[in-house]
Parts: sequence; C-alpha cells; structure tokens
Amino acid sequence: MDEPLNNPADWSCPLPIKQRDKVVIGHGSGGKMTHDLIRELFWKYLGNETISSGNDAAVIKDLAAVPANACLVISTDSHVVSPLFFPGGDIGRLAVCGTVNDLAMMGAQPRWLTAGFILEEGLELEILERILASMQKAAQEAGIKIIAGDTKVVQKGKGDGLYINTAGVGYALEGVDVSGDNAQPGDLVILSGEVGNHGIAVLSARGELGFEATVQSDVAPLNHLVSLLLSQCQGIHVMRDPTRGGLATALKEIANQSNACIMIEETKIPVMPAVASACELLGFDPLYVANEGKLIAIVHPEDGQKALEIMRSHPAAPNAQIIGEVKSEPARTVLLNTAIGTTRIVDMLSGELIPRIC
Amino acid sequence: MKFVAEYRNPDRVRELAVEIARQATRRWVIMEICGGQTHAIMRHGLDQLLPENIELVHGPGCPVCVTPIELVDKAIRIASTQNVIFTSYGDMLRVPGSKEDLFSVRASGGDVRVVYSPLDAIAIARQNPAKEVVFFAIGFETTAPANAMALLQAWELGLNNFSMLVSQVRVPPAIHSILSHPENRVQGFLAAGHVCTVMGYWEYHPLAQKFKVPIVVTGFEPVDILNGILHCVSMLEKGQYQVANAYARTVSERGNVAAQEVIRRVFQESDRNWRGIGVIKNSGWSIKPEFAAYNAEARFEVGDIQSHDSEICIAGEILLGNKKPHQCAAFGVLCTPQNPLGATMVSSEGACAAYYQYRARTTGDPHG
Repeated sequence: MDEPLNNPADWSCPLPIKQRDKVVIGHGSGGKMTHDLIRELFWKYLGNETISSGNDAAVIKDLAAVPANACLVISTDSHVVSPLFFPGGDIGRLAVCGTVNDLAMMGAQPRWLTAGFILEEGLELEILERILASMQKAAQEAGIKIIAGDTKVVQKGKGDGLYINTAGVGYALEGVDVSGDNAQPGDLVILSGEVGNHGIAVLSARGELGFEATVQSDVAPLNHLVSLLLSQCQGIHVMRDPTRGGLATALKEIANQSNACIMIEETKIPVMPAVASACELLGFDPLYVANEGKLIAIVHPEDGQKALEIMRSHPAAPNAQIIGEVKSEPARTVLLNTAIGTTRIVDMLSGELIPRIC
Repeated sequence: MKFVAEYRNPDRVRELAVEIARQATRRWVIMEICGGQTHAIMRHGLDQLLPENIELVHGPGCPVCVTPIELVDKAIRIASTQNVIFTSYGDMLRVPGSKEDLFSVRASGGDVRVVYSPLDAIAIARQNPAKEVVFFAIGFETTAPANAMALLQAWELGLNNFSMLVSQVRVPPAIHSILSHPENRVQGFLAAGHVCTVMGYWEYHPLAQKFKVPIVVTGFEPVDILNGILHCVSMLEKGQYQVANAYARTVSERGNVAAQEVIRRVFQESDRNWRGIGVIKNSGWSIKPEFAAYNAEARFEVGDIQSHDSEICIAGEILLGNKKPHQCAAFGVLCTPQNPLGATMVSSEGACAAYYQYRARTTGDPHG
C-alpha cells in the first residue's frame, strides 16, 4: 500500500448538513427539510393556533365575532418588489399592508391573511427571517391574523430572492357602501398625505439613480384610519389607495368607474421637497409615483371638513388635504388646475415609468 | 423647490402672458424646437395663456421620435443576437420597429437593459468580459458629449467587447430643413436651451440672417418659455431677425467648449435619416473611422436592414410643424401610447404623447 490510511478517528460519514444558512432546493421538497424550515423559521414569527395546527387548510372558528348582516370582503395581491429591503420597509411589510389596505379601501375590517412564499434557491435564511419578523410586526400593527401559508422553492435564477402572495379576508358592516363607482358630483376629494414617497424610496434603494434620496417609503396599514373614518363619518363614498400608477392613475380609475369628472388643484397636492427634487431630476411627475400608505377618500361635501379633521388627527394622515372635487362633466376625466391657473387632463400611466433622456 | 419655484411663479407667468398679448398685434407662428419644451407647454397649459393670434407649433426636437425606424430594427436584430447585452435609455424600449420593439426582445429572452447613463453601459461591459455590450447612443447635441466620453473611456480601458449603435442628430440642420420646406409656416423659433448649453448659439446666426427669422434660446420652465415667446414676438413685431438668449443662466454664445471638443474627437458630421422626415444633409454625427471598432453597425453586420414607417402615421408632418397631433386620423384611435404607430406617441417628449396625456383626444382643448 502506497499511502497509509488516515486515522479512523478522522473518518466522517456523509450526513446531510443540518444547519444551512441559505435556502436550497430541498427546502421546497415538501419533506423533512420543508417541515423543519416551516417549524423553525415561519412558525417562530407567524405561528398561532390556526397556522400551527399542521392541517391542509385553516379553519376559522371565531365567526361569531363577525356582526350579523356583515358581508365578507376578499382580496389577493402578489409582491415582487426589488430590492427586498428599502428605506422605510421591506417586501414582508409591503405584502401585509398591501392586502390589508385593499380590504380597507372597500370599507372592510381586515381579519385574516394567508401568505404564499416563493423562495429562490440561495436566499439567505437570515434575510428570510428578517422579512418574517417584519410581517409579524406589520400584522400586529394592522390587527390581522395570518392563518395559512405555503412555501415553494425555485431554482437559482428563476426568482428575485423572494416573492410573497398574500390573500386577505375581512368584513364590511351592514350599511357600508364604499366603492369606486360611488363618486357623486359635488363630493370632495381628500388625500391622506404626501405622494410619491414609496416609489422614490424603492428607486433610490435600487442604486440605479446615481444619487441617494433620503426618502422613506410610506408603507403602512391604513385599516385603523379607515375604521375611524367610517365610524364617525356617514358620507364616505369612495376610498382607494394610490399604489402603482400613483395618484393620477387611481383618480382616473375612479372617474371611469363613477362616470364622473374629478377636478384637482395642483397646489393642494402635498409632495415632500426631497420627492419633488428627485422627480425633477428624473423627469417623473409625482402624481404617477407609487404610494403604499396613502388613501384617497371621496366624501359627501357636508362631511368633507369632518373627514379631513378625523384624518389629520390620526397618525397615518397628519398632512391630509382636500385636493379637489367631483363634477359631472366631462365624464370619465381627471382635470388638474395648475399652479399658474391653466387646466390640463390627467391620464393614466402608460406602461412603465421611465426617466427621460435629456 | 429652489431654482425651480421662481421659474414657475404664477404672478410672473401672468405678467409675461399679459405682456405677450399687449405686444402681439398680428398673427405669428412660433415653433418650439425641443420636445422637452412641448411637454412643459402641455403640462403647464401655457398655450392657454397666450392670445389667439400666437400659434405654437411643435418641432422635431425629440430624440426618440426622430431616430429612424431602420435603426430601431437594427437595434432589435443586435439585441436578439446570442451573447449580447443591449443597453439603452428606457424611452427607446417602447419605440416600435417594423414588427416589434425592444421590450418584446426582452420578453423573448434577449438581455436588454435600461441604463441611465452611457457610463453604466461601460460598467456592464467591464463586468461581463465574455459578452458583447452594445449601447444605443441616440440623441441631440445634449447626449453627444456623454456618449462620446463613454466611447473614449472604452478606448482608454482597452475594452474590446463594447460598441455603440449611434443616431446622433443636430438641431441647426433641422431648422434649415424646416425653413426650406415649401409649405413652411414657422416665423420664429424657440431654440432648445439644453442643446445650446452644450453647443452655444453661434451656429444660429447664419440661419436667422438667411431666412430672416428670430431665434430665441429658451429654457424649460413656464417663466422661461413665456419669456422666450415674448422675446420672439417682440422681434417679430419689430421686423427684427436676430438670435437672442433668453436662457442666460446656463447658455453662453460659445457654449461648453470642452464638451464640443470631446464630440469633435469622436464624431464626424454625416447625413442622417430623421424618422418621418427623411434624410437631412450633415444633420448628425457618426463615429470617426479611427474608432470604427466601436461602431455596432459594422460589428454586427446589420447594414442590409431597410425599413419603412407606418403609412398611416403623419409624424413627419407633425415634426415639421405642418400638422397638430389631433389632426391625425389615427390619433387616440389606432395610435395610443399602448399601441404607438410612430415614435411621437412613445416618448414623453413626443408631441403626440404630450397631446394624448394632457389634452382631449379630438379637439386639442383640455375642456373639450
């Protein structure tokens, strides 16, 4: 024998590595690795008696808490933001708040949430853990319970780190009639605060702009603000959160749905100086930049001032403003009175927001 | 916002509008050359402040709009080639070629990336030495210095996997072409402030003298634009035809001499085909022979591509100031930003896109 054998004490058996610091394909096998990941990481943050039962579906037992004649409101939303973390938030917070806010905009009180995760092979578990902790915190803030979940793993290069789909269920009390087709001529249009913060925060976090903006995303649950508004104000006709496509696109959607004209005043629309500067440099109009913690409320004129005061008294909307009113003609149109006293049409965003060339 | 708010001051805007109306005793047709100015006029509704006898027509100064269709088709062929990373300003991705656009190439698996500066393309080339990185170098005199600098940087770094597909165009030959057109209606020009920041305005004196038109170097904010119009109207009323500078806070007679030097080092004057208009003599720049290695058109053998614009699209008439977007039968019907027939509907600086975004679809009137 040319080479002596190593000392048998040094021999090792090729056991699977128990402790990993990255997501591997095996985490999506449905087998033991999947179970371990769910128990050790997901349940650590999102666990409760429903989700941790280990069953195929969640059973909601506390239906007695739903008032009589309330109707169920359901929404789903997928979140693919890049990068996963940005100033003021992360994909986990966004995934919870996005669905919570969609339910709230229908006048519903969000109660239950499901979360589906698509993990890309190689995602660091430490990152996943931070995102789950952020979801837990956002869910607590919103007062919503995460009751079901799912995890899949895709090969490296087939995902962007992590995608999250959330679906939410809530209920709207009898008599609540908030809908995009409900804007009436004479109604006032209230905006809950500055626009454009989320879009600029995400763009600057991508590091592609060549400058850093000090803007924080506004991502936040709006359901408590909505509950307060609905409990104290009768004449809330429409609510909408101006997310992708920004304020302009959301208003245009409402004008179309309600077959009405929405007339807004440029000088009344709050925009933070840092957002306004970033938009100037890039050639963006802040009206088209995304928000994740703002709402538009279209309110009967008699309730407008009260709704404004309620919003301003709430931490989610201290800078709320009445930005315009609803008219009948020209229908399906948003008009903007500019700071210099002219009028122009505000249309939906076409395609992607793209910086100008020169 | 400092340096912007003062040029959007409503009181100053109103004063200028009143003064323009006071001075304008006859009907005048004024062209704003730059698409950025067209966009600002529409966005702020500045034409609503002008008296009826002042007509603004929108010029060809939209780099995306005038990039010829065969070059877009060449870009699409190159971007579809194996092992190529094709980089471009975002606006060009939506411009329709004969059959598809660069977004479709990306959807089919092509590596097409939006960059914010040509230097980003250089960085991508350095990071991907095994790939061919191509930058779509389009634009007027404003983009030329940065594009030329990128090429020089590639040359200094000895990068052999970087090239540029060039469509650089120049404003003065376009003005010459517009004024030489038998149906020309334009009596005065607002020259593009950004272009003149780079090039100065020494090139415009012979044009003003030859065609007897006033040319006013003009900025992009409401006060700037109305100030430019006021200068122009004032000269028209007096029968004067000089070049005036109404954007003196950034523009000088000679312009940015260092930037012009860089342009001259890399580019040489050449005839250029303008989309919708046709070939204008000496109206652009091409890469000099000594830098031919960086010329993507030679590197990828796309010289055989010949293309034709949509027969319905009247972008050429619009870019020459002969027609307004809403006078096109396809406007807002067959041709929309989602499904553009011509590049003027694509770019944020294109006249058709500006009308579509800010105006009623038929009359051009925001209330109509």
